[in-house]
Amino acid sequence: MSQSSPALDTVKRAADTPDERQPYAELGMKRDEYDRVRDILGRRPTSSELAIYSVMWSEHCSYKSSKVHLRQFGTKAPESEALLVGMGENAGVVDIGDGWAATFKIESHNHPSYVEPHQGAATGVGGIVRDIMSMGARPIAVMDALRFGGADQPDTRRVLPGVVEGISHYGNCLGLPNIGGEVVFDPCYIGNPLVNALCVGLLRKDQIKLATAPGPGNKVVLFGALTGPDGIGGASVLASATFEDESQAKRPSVQVGDPFMEKLLIECCLELYQADVVVGIQDLGAAGVSCATTELAAKGTGGMDVQLDLVPLRDPSLRPEEILMSESQERMMAVVTPDDIDAFMAICAKWDIPATVIGEVTDTGRLVMTWHGETIVDIPPGTAADEGPVYERPFHEPAGQAALNAATPAELPRPEDLRATLLQLLGSPNLASKEWVTSQYDRYVRGNTVLAQPADAGVLRISEAMPGAEETSRGIALATDGNGRYARLDPYAGAQLALAEAYRNVAVTGATPLAVTNCLNFGSPEDPEVMWQFAEAVRGLADACKTLGVPVTGGNVSFYNQTGSAAIHPTPVVGVLGVIDDVARRVRSGFTGEGDKVVLLGETREEFGGSEWAHVAHGHLGGLPPEVDLEAERALARVLVEAAARGLLTGSHDLSDGGLAIALAEACLARGVGCSVALTGDDAFTDLFSESAARALVTVRPESFDAFAELCAAHEVPCYGLGTTGGASLTVEGVLEIPLPNLREVHTGALPAIFG
Amino acid sequence: MSAARVGVVTFPGTLDDQDAARAVRHAGGEAVPLWHADRDLKGVDAVFLPGGFSYGDYLRCGAISRFAPLMEELIPAARAGLPVLGTCNGFQILCEAHLLPGALMRNAGLHYICRDQGIRVESTATPWTSDFTEGQEIVLPIKHGEGRYVADETTLAALEAGGQVVFRYVGGNPNGSLDDIAGIRNEAGNVVGLMPHPEHAVEDLTGAPSTDGRGFFTSILKKLVNA
Repeated sequence: MSQSSPALDTVKRAADTPDERQPYAELGMKRDEYDRVRDILGRRPTSSELAIYSVMWSEHCSYKSSKVHLRQFGTKAPESEALLVGMGENAGVVDIGDGWAATFKIESHNHPSYVEPHQGAATGVGGIVRDIMSMGARPIAVMDALRFGGADQPDTRRVLPGVVEGISHYGNCLGLPNIGGEVVFDPCYIGNPLVNALCVGLLRKDQIKLATAPGPGNKVVLFGALTGPDGIGGASVLASATFEDESQAKRPSVQVGDPFMEKLLIECCLELYQADVVVGIQDLGAAGVSCATTELAAKGTGGMDVQLDLVPLRDPSLRPEEILMSESQERMMAVVTPDDIDAFMAICAKWDIPATVIGEVTDTGRLVMTWHGETIVDIPPGTAADEGPVYERPFHEPAGQAALNAATPAELPRPEDLRATLLQLLGSPNLASKEWVTSQYDRYVRGNTVLAQPADAGVLRISEAMPGAEETSRGIALATDGNGRYARLDPYAGAQLALAEAYRNVAVTGATPLAVTNCLNFGSPEDPEVMWQFAEAVRGLADACKTLGVPVTGGNVSFYNQTGSAAIHPTPVVGVLGVIDDVARRVRSGFTGEGDKVVLLGETREEFGGSEWAHVAHGHLGGLPPEVDLEAERALARVLVEAAARGLLTGSHDLSDGGLAIALAEACLARGVGCSVALTGDDAFTDLFSESAARALVTVRPESFDAFAELCAAHEVPCYGLGTTGGASLTVEGVLEIPLPNLREVHTGALPAIFG
Repeated sequence: MSAARVGVVTFPGTLDDQDAARAVRHAGGEAVPLWHADRDLKGVDAVFLPGGFSYGDYLRCGAISRFAPLMEELIPAARAGLPVLGTCNGFQILCEAHLLPGALMRNAGLHYICRDQGIRVESTATPWTSDFTEGQEIVLPIKHGEGRYVADETTLAALEAGGQVVFRYVGGNPNGSLDDIAGIRNEAGNVVGLMPHPEHAVEDLTGAPSTDGRGFFTSILKKLVNA
């Protein structure tokens, strides 16, 4: 080191030097926020305290711009007997029956994935998996909702392969099946790719762990990887600052992951839970030790003493401020009684996991940290963890919104050749097969994968996922969806359509939708037009969750997804978890055999606003998204779930982007079973390509059709027999006939042609 | 008579141990967990080395696991005739331990690849493949980034001449393996290694859309019961 280190900034020194200038602005704090810290402490903060407050009060950790809106997820929450743990914990927990619970959450790692795609995406997976572990659960699957710039834009060829490789490497090494997700391309994401990672875990209903540090005298243990200079300032700098041109210089702020350590950490934590030697637990994510100590202390007895110099370091030159802000991966913090500490340490040793007692729970109401005997932090922990600033940011409808909505697709020329249109859409990057991506993920590991991509939802068997679950016949289903173009046209409806699609994707497998997680990806909250999009999307999602009876259990907000003044399309990504009583009754995606009746459920209207056809054929975005009819969605889900339980369905598929045409093509390609169908409406183009919501395609054996039609009638779900499965082509009578090999070539060839 | 006991080894970073144990149980055997740090084979009748990323694949796939205390017991036992099957990372470990010749290198396409793959059974003269017929084509999942089998010409010629190539990829070589080799055996035939995953293809409800993996487990259990 060429420079000598600055003097240790102790509490005493802070009191003695009240006027010392502090770099609060460089740490992302506003003047009034800094003044509030001074008010709370009655003195200037030490540099370590400033580090803690700056990361804990960052947008990423404090939700200061979104909080006033997110409250609606609580105030409008539907009555739900399934909800065991709601928002505010590391992840929500849902009762799935027979004494078992599922915990799930989706979280963004957008900015790091732009700077360093491989590590950014990898550590996104690692972070969400630790959130799930910290609830006391065994992680059992992951999925990822990804958004990239245009597939033909050069930077996409840098970002996408790196992101996919990062997810692939980290997730595969962890031994978690990747069972679904999305890959979407749009030029609006070129400087701001979205990497939203979801994890689901399983636990016994009575074994939920919480992030709390009760019991004075209990030990605070830091375990897992050593602490290094990774992602220092990541939470406040990377997650809360708009990218400008110098962003490449921030590369060192991205954390580096070690999935092998995380795999050991998973097995170690499960053994710790099994041995019942954990009182409270928290993962170390954004804001690292700062977040874990303040949150654990705030939710427990209220105080904690920490000897910061005991934190085991990978880089011995780290200063206390850096240790507090380090985002080194694969670390956890547990609270353990003195009686159990030896057993705790023995289990860590078995798994070769470094573990160190760094402090103790107290009842002083203060979080006190020392560095080689000198006090460097002395704060009320709740002021950092829970009492961050709250902003009521101004918002108003964007200036061009009315004009955008007025520019409807009604005037766009309709195609003459519908066969060519189908092939054009099927080979477009958003609708083409995502096998190039998903074949890099292990979907089989742990042996409980019942359905995985390209199925509408991932489905897992529970009985063999954990010891003791052998008696249950249940399964869970998970899907994520989001459509930025719909949300750009109408963020209220767009958020509802995202929920409706994920809800429908769960229902088509035969599972009953139970609960919701969301990842809200937006531009800068300081832009009133972006804030309007955010406010509308949250309001729409909260209203729809209430109507559909599925509560939001948690999630994540990602702001500042913009480059300069150009924000991404507002992109609420919604994850829905459902449960199926008998997982053997799950319905597979697409056509499963010859001679089945092909049935369309739901009403088709002429709806092309924000559609794939308008996007691909005309580069057009305008008008309004498809109409939202939540009652119709609900009725459709009831039909799908009951029909599955009665064994009436041989296959099913959701209708969404690209409409009936794409659903038919995908259903044929699922197992190479063709079909011959006739359209029922007046206009073949609308029938084939409209994106009306609340629709699904199902197949039933001819002898079951009457019973199925009766069920649809009872729920007032429109039901149209279109034709029969079989043959080696997709045939729409009088309109088009395409041999399956041609369909397959177009569908599977598109992404390899771009990405190699 | 008690069920045949098949040991399933867990190294740090092993991932498919649960699947392997389940496949053994489904076939009627008893799966016995074996821990890498124990110098103890617990008297098992056969051993399954499952896939995963033991030791994070650090240094080289299988290079560290090969030195685990358990391996000090397993290597001489395998040389003395104990039936051993290694899949994926297990195959890599068997090569690193010199129980099988050759090595597994990075896939020709440089990507990890997970897909349902056509495989031809070339040899039924092993305790793990006796329930198949020679030339039988089956479907098993592959999922690996380093599965390209290589060996020098002399070794390859010896493998082919001695009927030690047990499995070959059909319908496209996914990783650039020499001679489409998906799996091999030692000269005695008791040690078999392959990149595909039979343990992920044993049930109708879950895993790959094939149950062709069952043959591995029925083969070994019949062999042990008749032994």
